[in-house]
Amino acid sequence: MLLIPCPWCGPRDEREFRYGGQAHIAYPADPSALGDEAWADYLFMRDNPAGRHAERWFHGSGCRAWCDVERDTVDYTVTGSCTTGAHPAGGPDTGPCTSPYCVRRAVPSTGGTR
Amino acid sequence: MAEPAVPRRRSPAEDLLEGSHLRELSFLAQAELRVDAEEADAASRMAEQFLGCPLPGPGRATGTGTPYVLWSGPGRYLVVDAEATGRGLCAGLSAALGGEYGRLCAAVADLSAQRTVLELRGPDAEEVLARGCPLDLHPREFGTGSYAQTVIGKAAVGLHRTGGDGPPGGDATAFRILVRASFADYLARLLTGAAADVRNARAGAVV
Ligand SMILES: [Zn+2]
Ligand SMILES: [Zn+2]
Repeated sequence: MLLIPCPWCGPRDEREFRYGGQAHIAYPADPSALGDEAWADYLFMRDNPAGRHAERWFHGSGCRAWCDVERDTVDYTVTGSCTTGAHPAGGPDTGPCTSPYCVRRAVPSTGGTR
Repeated sequence: MAEPAVPRRRSPAEDLLEGSHLRELSFLAQAELRVDAEEADAASRMAEQFLGCPLPGPGRATGTGTPYVLWSGPGRYLVVDAEATGRGLCAGLSAALGGEYGRLCAAVADLSAQRTVLELRGPDAEEVLARGCPLDLHPREFGTGSYAQTVIGKAAVGLHRTGGDGPPGGDATAFRILVRASFADYLARLLTGAAADVRNARAGAVV
């Protein structure tokens, strides 16, 4: 069972959460301009890394807020969690977000481990 | 002609709790307050004047009972009152939040019928809850005034510690558990069963 640090509630048991897939997938700016292949890519194609993965989790039985969690898909270590969209892929480096478990903090949190 | 009999209002778990450390605090008024981030300062100031206590931070409860306020998520608060009616509480909150100026700076909704409140007291309370709840309930982590939404067994609940900051297992230990009306029967049975298991384990029986 994972222990996932919610940015608001702190480390909580996995059973309080719902998985929301890969994080930072932006909705197409002009959906009607997309061809079938680009649309299918947006809908279905996801990264499948062996290692660190940014993913969305919904704290449905807790504060009912979404957060972006970084989890290692090999050993299940949860590195941290951030408010949604705080660090979009390819965005500028804005430093740590307001989450105490932010993955960009110098001292990584011990909030979530396997 | 005789007046038609009006059915008595029954609370969701009333038949289950005879003689246990669990009791039901039925029909409390409950209002949800929802505040946008940019209105948060104004709304907390106005709500505080009406409530007599500040809005709580994450994981906390404020107020002493009539009413008290629970943090239920970012920008969301649950106001619980044993004396007011849900409608009265909402009317009061709406007026306090600027309704008389034509525009509220927060949303107020009457949720009184959604949940009932169970109260679990006594030295076994932490251990009984631990049989279904994944939270660390040690007073060091979850002291008096802590509030968390979590699960007990299959039921989503709000868990509020109202007493017992000494070592775990103190006589003053008390929790309030907010549970949806349709889960109250399930949860009351689960907790009375867990309490019996804990008692038996203490007495040395195999469970
Ligand atoms: Zn949370
Ligand atoms: Zn962050």
